[in-house]
Amino acid sequence: MSDTSRVNNFVIRFANVNGTGSASANGLFAKSIFRSGVPMSPKNIFPSNIQGLPTWYEVRVNDKGFLGRREGIDILVGVNPQSFREDLESVVRGGYMIYDSSRQLHDELIREDIHMIGIPMMRLSMDEFDVPRHQQLFKNIIYLGACVALLDIDIDIVKQLIEEQFASKPKLVPPNFTALEKGYHYTKDHFDCPLDIRVEKRDLIGNKILLEGNAATALGAIYGGSTFCAWYPITPSTSVAKAFDKYAHKLLTDRKTGKKKFAIVQAEDELAAIGMVIGAAWNGVRAFTSTSGAGVSLMNEFIGLAYFAEIPVFLVNVQRGGPSTGMPTRTQQGDVLSSAYASHGDTKHILLFPASPAECFEMSYTGLDLADRFQTPVILMSDLDLGMNEHITEPLQYDKKRKFDRGKVLTAEDLEQSGLDWGRYLDVDGDGICYRTIPGTHPSKGGYFTRGTSRDEYAKYTENGEVYKRNVDRLTVKWNTSKKVVPKPEFYQPSNQSSYGIIFFGTSTDSALEAMNELEKRGNRVDAMRIKAFPFTPEVESFLDQHDEVFVIDQNKDGQMRTLLINELEINPSKLISVLNYNGYPITSDHILNKITQHLSVKELVTESI
Amino acid sequence: MSYIKPTFIHPGLEKNAVGYLKREYEGAISTLCAGCGHDSISTAIVQACYEMNIEPHHLAKLSGIGCSSKTPTYFMSNSHGFNSVHGRMPSIATGANLANRDLIYLGISGDGDTASIGMGQFVHVIRRNLNMTYVVMNNGCYGLTKGQDSATADFGSISKAGGGTATPFQAIDLVGLGIELNATFVARSFSGDKTQLIPLLKAAMSHPGFAFIDVISPCVTFNNNRGSTKSYDYVRDHIAITGGLDFVPRQEEISIDYESGSDKTVELFDGSRINLRKLADDWDPTDRYSAINKLQDSKRSGQILTGLIYIDPESRDLHDILNTVDKPLNKLDEDDLWPGDGALESLNAGFR
Repeated sequence: MSDTSRVNNFVIRFANVNGTGSASANGLFAKSIFRSGVPMSPKNIFPSNIQGLPTWYEVRVNDKGFLGRREGIDILVGVNPQSFREDLESVVRGGYMIYDSSRQLHDELIREDIHMIGIPMMRLSMDEFDVPRHQQLFKNIIYLGACVALLDIDIDIVKQLIEEQFASKPKLVPPNFTALEKGYHYTKDHFDCPLDIRVEKRDLIGNKILLEGNAATALGAIYGGSTFCAWYPITPSTSVAKAFDKYAHKLLTDRKTGKKKFAIVQAEDELAAIGMVIGAAWNGVRAFTSTSGAGVSLMNEFIGLAYFAEIPVFLVNVQRGGPSTGMPTRTQQGDVLSSAYASHGDTKHILLFPASPAECFEMSYTGLDLADRFQTPVILMSDLDLGMNEHITEPLQYDKKRKFDRGKVLTAEDLEQSGLDWGRYLDVDGDGICYRTIPGTHPSKGGYFTRGTSRDEYAKYTENGEVYKRNVDRLTVKWNTSKKVVPKPEFYQPSNQSSYGIIFFGTSTDSALEAMNELEKRGNRVDAMRIKAFPFTPEVESFLDQHDEVFVIDQNKDGQMRTLLINELEINPSKLISVLNYNGYPITSDHILNKITQHLSVKELVTESI
Repeated sequence: MSYIKPTFIHPGLEKNAVGYLKREYEGAISTLCAGCGHDSISTAIVQACYEMNIEPHHLAKLSGIGCSSKTPTYFMSNSHGFNSVHGRMPSIATGANLANRDLIYLGISGDGDTASIGMGQFVHVIRRNLNMTYVVMNNGCYGLTKGQDSATADFGSISKAGGGTATPFQAIDLVGLGIELNATFVARSFSGDKTQLIPLLKAAMSHPGFAFIDVISPCVTFNNNRGSTKSYDYVRDHIAITGGLDFVPRQEEISIDYESGSDKTVELFDGSRINLRKLADDWDPTDRYSAINKLQDSKRSGQILTGLIYIDPESRDLHDILNTVDKPLNKLDEDDLWPGDGALESLNAGFR
């Protein structure tokens, strides 16, 4: 953007070959900036492959705290010959290309309008290490050392991080230090350090943490009392289950017996995963599964069963590029509609849209409450960018006095009440939510048959059309009740001040807010609203009512959130202007800004010509 | 429903040890075809649960879709039931069981529900040795959609829906498959043989792990014709009973009149015993290899082998494998699950 200072304000991209151990060096780089007190956000752009294909790691450093992706790469650390030409072209004029000069670079691969910094990474590594695998691994730490010198990062911070990383394998610390210093000193000796682009220590992080959304989601499930997880491996959701397993072992193992207060099952497929969750939830535990869009497609039949039989299900959808296998390792908000209306027949599901890891944590435990309270599937709509990348986020918070909201569940004592007219699908409170019983509660009362077929208020099978209709109409009452309870949208202005609005959700938030800030600087104020849940609460509707034109930012091709708003709130489609991003990369503020200013200037031209 | 069971209780009826009359184990009147084998199996389940003194709320009955999966309505009406989706009952049972290890889980499925759409979940629930009883009411056809062949229809068998043509495909033998997959309790029975089926059900429900019973259960409407290998007549003519069987619950001594031939007693984990009588000399039901041989021999000689075919007395169920706490997970509350003061702060510190 327009800011010209390059101190604590740049984008650096590492171009690597996957499977060569670069992730560790790149992660150390990002965390050293975080530890320097400077806001930054890393994005891992990786292939659906284990070894040998190009992978990139991009870090945006911005001390104003704008952490969405930004276009333009200021520094490229290019250690992948496969993508070298493409990487070289991606550097902005006046930027830097740091490359491995162990072999002389071909003349045509030298750009005159950028600074070429050659570090003989492989040669330095071979001088120091004998084993070929080590030469490859420590080459990464050597370029890290070079970056530390060039960007004036405190080398002691990096050393501290290395010590922490290898706390359980202290033998690995000295060779890492050696490689780091090798790269550092070579660079200091051969180049003017630091560059104009550099890192200066600040104190802008406060008590914030650096965390992946998927780990936060898993921790939220644990704090929300979920003791059962069934899952099937699929990128980018696998790390939710892995994190649940890891942290549950730590937090939910009985100290005395060593036995586990939880169960996790790697299912044979996504159908079985959600089936297990439904069985467990029916039997009274809080259960969840995590998957991605392709998995949700497979789960559709069961989602309909949970909706119709009214069983609490917490489903985490870490979205990736679709349709079909799509772009399995790239991000997208492509499942808004297919999740909102998942399964055949008239179905609608509560969706939650987290925008940060802290919110993944919170929405995970509140999502479990909502599922229990409304006895229905609740889907947490994360995505690859949020789930698999580290983000600077508020510390995780949980009030220990908080009680789980288990909703309307009858105990044995409740069932003993004289004159109790209990029917599993009998709405006695008028909110559409009925009382349920857990198997095994009472010897002679409360037993009933759970089924996906039509039934009456007392759970007896029926094909009577009136009774069927009464039941599905009650589900609409229940849906409307949920509108009063799901998270309300977030606004970014004390009161509306513009006839233009901008609506976004999830991982578009950082870039949308940055674009808004830039628009304001240019004298174009827009009001902003971040949607946090579906169904849409009345606040969403009134925001739309109060603006003449509203930009809706969707990270998908078809403008799915826009469609959902039009469909659910009966909005005139011409009022909602789509701002779309669907190339698999996280949306940038530049892109949003361009789309909005384009629209505004066209409007001005039209107005002037009238 | 137009049929209502009379509420009159005959004063001579006996309550079992936990205070329930047999009728309290019954369900609604069956809407299956008159003479359906499935109804006999329901009756056997009622008798087994009554005799085993299972409190109705300590049993959960689960099923998929099809005629067989409708039967849980016709027994144990005081128990919670779950009629899920086609072929997916095992996953529901897995979740339910892990949520509460204290209940008995009785899964009812059919040959279509298990051997076709449900094959994936069937083989995986075997792998996990989930503590449940899994009954397949096997009639070789899709009754509810008017008699199409199922995957257990034998090669050459003739069904009504097939219009007199013989099944051109090889049948899937669920019993053989179960043993092959290391199922820890595998049995086959016949809906017309309650003397055998009742003790088998009791033993299955006491077995700490996955107990599979394939019950040949003729479809009177679509697959009881001449030429069908799942008709009453055919099964009666070709049945080979492995031997008598009695289930002896824990701490209850029952003397059994042994007949001639070799006998075997299998002691279960909880102290219950299964006494097997009149075994063939070359067959040991605790030895997988000999069970497979016996099964193959019967198949070759055109016999339908019934009885307890294989049992692993050392069975470890899924809770054991996952090392879960003794208290059912669904009884754990905030106090049990609170990770402790300071746990979150130390997590946060680790993310800085």
